[in-house]
Amino acid sequence: MSEPVIKCEAVYKIFGENAKKMLQESNGNVDAKTFQENGCIVGVNNASFEVSKGEMLVVMGLSGSGKSTLLRCISRLTDATGGKIFIEGQDLLQLNNKELIELRRNKMGMVFQSFALLPHKTVVENIAFPLQIKGIKTEDSISKAMDMVKLVGLDGRENYFPRELSGGQQQRVGIARSLAVEPDIWFLDEPFSALDPLIRKEMQDEFLRLQDKLQKTIMFITHDFDEALKLADRIAIMKDGIIEQLDTPANIVLNPATEYVRKFTEEVPREKVLLIQDVMEPSTTHNLGDLKVLKDEIIENVAEKILTQEKTVTVLDNNKKIVGSINPTKIINTVFGGRKNSN
Amino acid sequence: MEFVKKYPKLFQWLFLLVVFFALCFAIDVPETYKFIRGQAEFVKDPNQSSFVFLGKEVRYYAFDVFWRLPPLLGWLPIWINDSLFFLMNDWMPIEFWNEDTQEFRTRPLVLQISRNLTAFMTFLIELIREILLGGLETIVAFTSWDWIDKNPWAELPGLPWTIVAAGSAILAYKLSGKGLALFAGLVMVYISIFGQWKPSMQTLSFILVAAPLSFIFGLGLGIAAFKSKRVEKALYPILLVMQTMPQYAVLVPALVLFGVGDHAAVIITMVVAVPPMILLTILGLRAIPPEVIEAGRMSGCNNWQLMFKVLIPTARRDILIGVNQVIMVCFSMAVISAFIGAKGLGFNLLLALNQLNIGLALEAGLCISLIAILLDKMSLAWANKQTDYFGNLTFFQRNKNILFFAATIIIGIVLAYIGTFLFKGDYNYLFEVPHNKGISTADFWNKGVDWIFDTFFIYIKAFNTWLIQDVLQPMRALYLRMPAVATIVLVVGAGYLIGGIRSALVVCGLTLFIALSPWWDRALVTAYMATFGVIVSCLIGFTVGTLCFQNKHSASFMLGVCDIFQTFPSFVYLIPVMMLFGITDTSVLIAVIVYATIPATRYTIEGLRSVPMGLHDAATMSGVNKFQRLTKIEFPLAFPHMMLGLNQTIVFALFMVIIGAFIGTEDLGQYILKALSDKKGAGIGFTLGICVAFIGLIFDNLIRTWVDQRKKHLGIA
Repeated sequence: MSEPVIKCEAVYKIFGENAKKMLQESNGNVDAKTFQENGCIVGVNNASFEVSKGEMLVVMGLSGSGKSTLLRCISRLTDATGGKIFIEGQDLLQLNNKELIELRRNKMGMVFQSFALLPHKTVVENIAFPLQIKGIKTEDSISKAMDMVKLVGLDGRENYFPRELSGGQQQRVGIARSLAVEPDIWFLDEPFSALDPLIRKEMQDEFLRLQDKLQKTIMFITHDFDEALKLADRIAIMKDGIIEQLDTPANIVLNPATEYVRKFTEEVPREKVLLIQDVMEPSTTHNLGDLKVLKDEIIENVAEKILTQEKTVTVLDNNKKIVGSINPTKIINTVFGGRKNSN
Repeated sequence: MEFVKKYPKLFQWLFLLVVFFALCFAIDVPETYKFIRGQAEFVKDPNQSSFVFLGKEVRYYAFDVFWRLPPLLGWLPIWINDSLFFLMNDWMPIEFWNEDTQEFRTRPLVLQISRNLTAFMTFLIELIREILLGGLETIVAFTSWDWIDKNPWAELPGLPWTIVAAGSAILAYKLSGKGLALFAGLVMVYISIFGQWKPSMQTLSFILVAAPLSFIFGLGLGIAAFKSKRVEKALYPILLVMQTMPQYAVLVPALVLFGVGDHAAVIITMVVAVPPMILLTILGLRAIPPEVIEAGRMSGCNNWQLMFKVLIPTARRDILIGVNQVIMVCFSMAVISAFIGAKGLGFNLLLALNQLNIGLALEAGLCISLIAILLDKMSLAWANKQTDYFGNLTFFQRNKNILFFAATIIIGIVLAYIGTFLFKGDYNYLFEVPHNKGISTADFWNKGVDWIFDTFFIYIKAFNTWLIQDVLQPMRALYLRMPAVATIVLVVGAGYLIGGIRSALVVCGLTLFIALSPWWDRALVTAYMATFGVIVSCLIGFTVGTLCFQNKHSASFMLGVCDIFQTFPSFVYLIPVMMLFGITDTSVLIAVIVYATIPATRYTIEGLRSVPMGLHDAATMSGVNKFQRLTKIEFPLAFPHMMLGLNQTIVFALFMVIIGAFIGTEDLGQYILKALSDKKGAGIGFTLGICVAFIGLIFDNLIRTWVDQRKKHLGIA
């Protein structure tokens, strides 16, 4: 694979007057407590990761975990205190103001938790705003914005003002606005957290549909672990500014790296999250039964069929090639057992 | 001891009071002391002491420092005055080309700037005035008097009153709707029919110049303060002082710098009107959710785009509320500026009051009040109006207001033309109703006043005598009897008990400034009048507010009444009281009480209203009755807000006491009034203004600190 789209190397964000000096003296060993005693608050602590093209990285953490701060460092809404951030190989922190504006105008889009729409502009004007800021003619920008209105399913409401829309509709406008300049990188800061549960689910599905179509490189922030599992290619779990674990949803559920991560995974209904391929044995035994399942199936969907079998079940890939096998007992173990803390 | 431990604060306060009274009794009044005399007199008298500071000799009557501090700041007004004169007349002489005489002339820089500014302002005012009323000056400004003599046709004709009236109705319709449009039209027709057209338009033109300029400066400075902490820190003390500085006091330096007339008034009005605009701009920009700013940044805005396409439109409502404030301040200044020769309604009012022609004064006052309400309602409607989408409307729908206005212009001109035939040889009433040709109700009012006097004279007189002899005089004597040191101890002690050492230091500084100025006695008189006004106002305001709050409709009604009364320039309040009580301290105090009751009532209702609904329900479910709910739940929670009302009440009362000088008081305001007619009064007037502002700031600091702590304590900060 070619160069990662987003690359962070030991990024720190520390709030406070002497943050920079204290960070240099600490030699990369940042202890939140000692910093706090000196009047500094650690927002992001030594974050290193890469996001490749078309990948969706979900950063999950509770409030105050530094997830939003991390996102703001990467979009340079705030300047990181230390470390390096590369956007498509460009050193973000070395850009001057003009280059930064150019980058935002062409490469980045961002969606906000509270929608952050401009109250004095209509839906279509809001969506056309980033285009007009770029200097695109009003007519062109409006027609482009109308395409976006259709994309997010708001046709017929393009002349409404934000105050006349429901929360879900407002966030659709926010999404359309962030996509208007056709950015490569898409930042979403808890986009669905302010919505009702039903609307949230609808928007998540809508979002997955869009991503399927657009294949953007995404950093998605959420405090909702289920949402992270549902959407992510990879999940980074943050606590107190530190990334506790960064892995695929299946690996996080099956092998939580720390006690903190395990607490999240405990309540997760694994059969709904894990795929057959996550739990199958790569080797095939001789004692195979007649049933064959695809490796991409969610366990829940095929569990009943597998559990009625006595013999091991064959796992196929999309080309009907045998890639492994799975024993019914393994399904039972995965779903009901193997949790260290369960009574 | 148990008691002391249980109520430590109460004990501290008692202790403070004991110390205060002990000091009061311990320090005697010096035998030769004459009350209410400026401490720095400029008359030479062998009994005086003197000192020289910064080259200024200050002479004063020395007394025991505990009784009255020596006027160590006595040099300040003289120094300010001399500096101003030096700036104007001697500093940096530079050669300027003079158009009239076609030669270079040497003039001090500041004088030249002041003259240019003056000329520019005069031009602006005349331009608008002549659009409204007609005249020659604007054309003269571009040509010359000779040219005008040769071309007698060249004169701005002025707009017929019908067009202005219809225009304001259409504007009101666009901003709010039919109701306000009707009101606007009726006000304009009233003004015209009752012969107040010319002064009203003069006042209006004054506002049309002062308000936009104030808006631009206020917005600019507000943005600068929002962007830079340093600018904000530099502006903050000025904003603070300007909030409590009587508008009247800033007129004095304007006299020296810009002379007498509308132009000076406009410039000084800007000084007063800009601070509220700055405050509201900062407030509005601060209130923008950070995510909106981030959304702007992520859309790729540069700083300029961010400010003008994202921040300012988002803060639109607060900024327009600022415009409302600016307009109202400009209007009230337009009235008060009559003291330095601004033309218009205020000038007529002042003239009528000087002649004791209550009828004429009432007419002018009514006009002023009506215009004030109209301006307030219209600018508020503008602020609250939400942008509507108009992309899919027809050309007519989109431009109907402009089309209507065009139509009224034509109709107005036609009417005015018809008028020339209708009123041949007489005034053209369809063009403009001259000042003395309208319907006048002055005689009616004057007769009414006479009747009131004839009928109720005995009662009013009796009340007056009682109030002055049994209440005011003793209170005044008590205030004057306070030794300076005792007062300072009391105020500083209160500061320490409320806000700790920081508050104590601030309050101490402010008090010392007044105590070291030559007018401590006068300041005490101002304080006594304000105290009396504030106590009565608060009693009335808190009671009325609480009673009105019991019913939803009466509460809204009362708030509406407060809104309306608050828009009236303070000067207007003097008319009815003079009508009833003549020229006495009672009149001033009643005006103070009426004026200062407004904020007391308003804040009481607002405070009680802000008690959360959930608490109401919780209280009801605990089985409280109405009275218990009021005393146990609503009052404790509303109290901090009511104290903010007290703060406003104090400011309002101070303003009114100062303006009351016009009726004849003997406090700081009287000296300000004197300074207005004194060629060397600029320094004195300015220093006096600061003294008044500081009295306000002392209470402002104490109350605000207390309220902040209390709110934090209650968890409603």
